[in-house]
Amino acid sequence: MITKAHSSEYPADTLLSVENLTLRFRGQSNDVVDDVSLRVRRGEVLCVVGESGCGKSVTAMALMGLLPVGSTRISSGLLKIEGESLCLVDTVVPATLRGNRIAMIFQEPMTSLNPSFTIGNQIAEAVLQHRGGSKAAARERSLEMLARVGIASPEKRLSEYPHQLSGGMRQRVMIAMALANDPQILIADEPTTALDVTIQAQILNLIRDLRDETGMGTIMITHDLGVVAEIADTVAVMYGGQVVEQGPAADIFADPQHPYTIGLMSSMPRLDRPGERLSIVPGTVPTVAAMPKGCRFRTRCAFANEICGTRPSLCDVTPLHSVACHHAPLEAHIEVAV
Amino acid sequence: MSDVILEATSLVKHFGGSDSWFGKTPKVQAVDGVSLRVRRGETFAIVGESGCGKSTLARLLMRLLEPTSGAVMFEGKEVSSVSGDALKTLRRDMQFIFQDPFSSLNPRMSVGKLVGEPLEVHAPDMSAQHRRDKVAELLRKVGLRPEHAGRYPHEFSGGQRQRIGIARALASGPKLIIGDEPVSALDVSVQAQVINLMGDLSRDLGLTLVIIAHDLGVIRHMSDRVAVMYLGRIVEMGRTEEVFANPRHPYTQALLASIPSMDGSDAARRPVVLGEMPSPSNPPSGCRFHTRCPHAQGRCKEESPTLGSYEDGVACHFWETLAIDTPLPIPSPRSDATQARFALYRAATEGGTVTHKKPQPETATKQHREDHL
Ligand SMILES: Nc1ncnc2c1ncn2[C@@H]1O[C@H](COP(=O)(O)OP(=O)(O)OP(=O)(O)O)[C@@H](O)[C@H]1O
Ligand SMILES: Nc1ncnc2c1ncn2[C@@H]1O[C@H](COP(=O)(O)OP(=O)(O)OP(=O)(O)O)[C@@H](O)[C@H]1O
Ligand code: SF4
Ligand SMILES: [Mg+2]
Ligand SMILES: [Mg+2]
Repeated sequence: MITKAHSSEYPADTLLSVENLTLRFRGQSNDVVDDVSLRVRRGEVLCVVGESGCGKSVTAMALMGLLPVGSTRISSGLLKIEGESLCLVDTVVPATLRGNRIAMIFQEPMTSLNPSFTIGNQIAEAVLQHRGGSKAAARERSLEMLARVGIASPEKRLSEYPHQLSGGMRQRVMIAMALANDPQILIADEPTTALDVTIQAQILNLIRDLRDETGMGTIMITHDLGVVAEIADTVAVMYGGQVVEQGPAADIFADPQHPYTIGLMSSMPRLDRPGERLSIVPGTVPTVAAMPKGCRFRTRCAFANEICGTRPSLCDVTPLHSVACHHAPLEAHIEVAV
Repeated sequence: MSDVILEATSLVKHFGGSDSWFGKTPKVQAVDGVSLRVRRGETFAIVGESGCGKSTLARLLMRLLEPTSGAVMFEGKEVSSVSGDALKTLRRDMQFIFQDPFSSLNPRMSVGKLVGEPLEVHAPDMSAQHRRDKVAELLRKVGLRPEHAGRYPHEFSGGQRQRIGIARALASGPKLIIGDEPVSALDVSVQAQVINLMGDLSRDLGLTLVIIAHDLGVIRHMSDRVAVMYLGRIVEMGRTEEVFANPRHPYTQALLASIPSMDGSDAARRPVVLGEMPSPSNPPSGCRFHTRCPHAQGRCKEESPTLGSYEDGVACHFWETLAIDTPLPIPSPRSDATQARFALYRAATEGGTVTHKKPQPETATKQHREDHL
C-alpha cells in the first residue's frame, strides 16, 4: 500500500514508517497489535505511550523483526526505512535492512548484556563491529559514551562485569552501547523507567543532543507522560493494541481528544493542584482475548454508547493530529449532569 | 491532632563491615544519623535517589531492622525495647505496604485468607463468621468486592493486588501505615486509583501515613511534610508546600529541576546535571553532597552541615545565601474547550449522568482518513 492522501504534509525526510501493522500470537483469537501506523522523521522523537500490555513492546519487536517467527502471525504491515519497503507479512526482516542504521534499547537490560564479558569488552565490540577502526579508538569511544550517560569513573567501570553494576547502571550501559555508533534510528523501549529522576533527565538530554547533532530519529516507548512531555516531538497514544490518538506533542497535551488520553492526563498528580482528588481511568485493561469489539476502550469509557460498538477510525482534528473516537470532541457531543 | 506519633533520634544503620568467612565486606552507611518526627494524622513523605537509604529507614522505623545506634519512639514508647504483648501491639499499630504487588502476596493464599490472617493474629477471639464479615468490609473499603475473597492473587491486576495489600495492612486496625513505594509499580491510571484510596483512608480513618516515593508529583500530591534524603542523611525537611515552592538545599533544588514540564512544550528549563551518586560504602567527607554540588566551597569538604531539627531544616552551610532558581513547571493554562473536556471527563467518571447530544451537522463533515499516516 502506498501512502497517497497525506504525502504533502509529510515530506521526504521520513526515516522509518510502518503502515497498518496487524499481528497476533498463535492460539489467540484476537489481534495484539491492530492496524497500527507510525512514522518517524529525521531529527524527531516519536513517543509511543500507553498502559502496560497495550502492545508497545510487541510493536517495537515487530519493527526490528525480533518476534518469534513460529508463534507470531503478522497479517498486514509495511515497513519503510528511508524509502526501502518491506512487507512484514510472513517475512523475516533481513538484518541488512535494519543494518547499522537502527539501534534498539530493550526494556529488560540484564537479558541483553552478556554476563561473562566486561562492560568495556561489550561496548568496544559493538563499536568495532559497526564502525571498524582500531581497538584503542573503540575504547576511547566506549569511555566517552559511558561518561555521556552519566557513569562516574568510566575507566573503572570498563573492566567490570554486568553483575557488578546496579540495575540503573546496566540500563545506562545499554544506552551507551546503543548510541555509540550514531544510529540513524533509535528504538528505545522504556529506557529510563528504572532510573532516578536526575539520571533520567540526563539520558533524555543525551537523546535530545543526538537528535540535534546527528538528526537521529527516535521511537521512544514509555508509559510515563512526564517523559513524553519532556522529549516527544510527536506522540502516538496506544490502547489495547490500537493507536487511539496521534499528533504533535504540543497538540496532544494542549488539546487531547480521546477519552483515554484525557483520562491518562487526569490521572497525573499535578504540581499546581496538590491534594485534589485525581480523576481516574476506571477499571483495568481487558486481556487480549476479552477485548471488546468496536472501540476497544469502550468497556472503560464513561462516554460509550451503542455507536461505540463499531470501531471508530482515526479522523483528523487538524492535518497532523488525529483521534479514533465517535464522540470527539467531547464538549460538542456530550453533556454530563452531576 | 498535632501530637507526635513517631519519632526517630540519631538513627544509624550500617551494613557489613565485619569479617565473615567470605572476607571483609565494605561497610555500607545506609542510614547515618536520621532524626525526624511524624505527627498524628499527617502524611509524611520520604524522597531521594535509589540507594539513599529510604527503605532501610522505613524498616528501622517499623523495627523490621535493628539500628546500629539511635532510637525510635512510637507513641512515646521506645520501639527497640518492647517485647511480648507490647511488641504484638506495636505490630498491630504499625503496618507496612510493600512496593511490589506481585511478590509481596503469598500466591497460595486466597484473598480472604490474606486479608483475614492479621485478624487471626491480632483478634484471635473473633468468630469465623465475624471475621468473614470483617474481611468483606475491608475489601469493600479498598474498592474490591466481597466475592473476591475466594480468589487468588494471580487472578488480579497490579492495582487490585496493591489494594489487597492495603486491605491486609488495614485489617489489624493500625494507627500508622508505612508504604515503601506503594504506587511505583503501577500504571498511571491505576496509580491514581490507589493514591485516591490512600487519601480517603487517611482522611476517613485518621490514619498516619509515611510514604516513600521517588515520584515528586506523587509526593507533592499526597504529603503534608517531606524529608529529602541523600546518602543516608536527611538534607532538607519541611512542609511539602514550602519545600516545593522554596527549596533551600541545592540537592532539593536539583531534584525539583528535573521534574518534567507537563505540557509538551520543549524544556527550556534544562535540569542540573549531577552525575553519579557516590557509593554509600565510601561517602564523601563533610557535606555528603559536596562532590555534586554546584555551590560547594572549601568548608563543605571539611565540615558536616546538620539539620538541627526534628521537623524543619536544611543541612547546608550556605543555604541562606543561595538563590533559588527552580520555578516549578506549572502547566500552561488550557483552552476553554480543553478545560470543558476535562471537566466532562471528571464529572462522568465521578458518577454524573452522561447524555449524547443529537448529531450536529458539523460532525457529519468531519473528515475520515483513508490512511492514517
Ligand atoms: N511472545 C508472546 N506470546 C504471546 N503473547 C505475548 C507475547 N509477547 C507479548 N504478548 C502479549 O501481548 C500483549 C502486549 O504486550 P507488550 O509487551 O507489547 O505490552 P507493553 O505495552 O510493552 O507493556 P509494558 O508497558 O508492560 O511493557 C500483552 O498482552 C502480552 O501478554
Ligand atoms: N541487607 C543489606 N545488606 C547490605 N547492604 C544493604 C542492605 N540493605 C540495603 N543495603 C544498602 O544500603 C543502601 C541503602 O539501601 P536502601 O534499600 O535503603 O535504599 P533505597 O533508598 O530504598 O533505594 P531504592 O530507591 O533503590 O529502593 C544501599 O547502598 C544498599 O545497597
Ligand atoms: S469511541 Fe466511544 S468508547 Fe471509545 S473512547 Fe470514544 S466514546 Fe469512549
Ligand atoms: Mg513493554
Ligand atoms: Mg527502597
